[in-house]
Amino acid sequence: MPTIVVDVMPKSELLDPQGKAVSGAFARIGVEGFSDVRIGKRFELTVEGEVTDELLAEAKRVAEDVLSNSVIEDVVGIEVVE
Amino acid sequence: MSIRIGVITFPGSLDDRDAQRAVRLADAEPVALWHGSHDLEGVDALVLPGGFSYGDYLRSGAIAALSPIMTEVKDAAAKGLPVLGICNGFQMLVEAHLLPGGLIRNDHQHFVRRDQKLTVENSDTAWTNAFRTGQEIVIPLKNGEGGYIASEETLDRLEGEGLVAFRYAGVNPNGSLRDIAGVTNEAGNVVGLMPHPEHATEPGFGPDTATAMRSGVDGLDFFTSAVAAVARIAA
Repeated sequence: MPTIVVDVMPKSELLDPQGKAVSGAFARIGVEGFSDVRIGKRFELTVEGEVTDELLAEAKRVAEDVLSNSVIEDVVGIEVVE
Repeated sequence: MSIRIGVITFPGSLDDRDAQRAVRLADAEPVALWHGSHDLEGVDALVLPGGFSYGDYLRSGAIAALSPIMTEVKDAAAKGLPVLGICNGFQMLVEAHLLPGGLIRNDHQHFVRRDQKLTVENSDTAWTNAFRTGQEIVIPLKNGEGGYIASEETLDRLEGEGLVAFRYAGVNPNGSLRDIAGVTNEAGNVVGLMPHPEHATEPGFGPDTATAMRSGVDGLDFFTSAVAAVARIAA
């Protein structure tokens, strides 16, 4: 069944406390080579049948209006996975 | 006839009963309202209480902001009905686009609970008219996601138009930009803040003061302000 995957990330200019916490843990356990960690969200919208243009447009609409808040987040990807 | 102030309960609301009690202490009649209804029961003002509606899933206040009753809340707010959002209620108001900005996890990543000093920045709203601009008050604060953010442009507009209602004083407890603790809309009828006025309305249960332990009742004036605002609209 096809799935529409929506990726949402906190805006790049904003502090991401969750990512900062993971970054801090990396430093404590000796993981090196990663200068920053940011945590976002992945939504999987399951579709019964075919992904039409209308359905993809509807997914884009809910991604902007419901799944993300444009004040604090950006939708960074919408893709169809078979 | 006493003024009727509705308090909306959402799944996961915690402070709805305290808000109802605060309304009663301000000599108004509390009306319990339910998120799943489309009926505001003709109330004169509304409180969206604190808590963790829908477990803070998706984003704090986001799912509650899509509740059936929010359609009526938005209509009523646009017509000038006084609406106060406290903590999770504030998060709902920004998610419903009734107030500008957003709220993110505290910058220090910890839940914080403290008696918080605030400066009243705008005493010309439906919920702050009993205060003086510049007055310092102390009410409890308790949240994990209370960091107020907005774009620089929005922040400049808020400051320029006097829409910052409250600012943290002494300590910024959560990394809120420009120490903003609460904001108002342009009309002054919709106000939201992270700290909890309803927990500082009754001697014996409020923050400590210089005179006695737990005697702080600075929160009561939020509710008496609304009563005065409603009386003024009716007159």
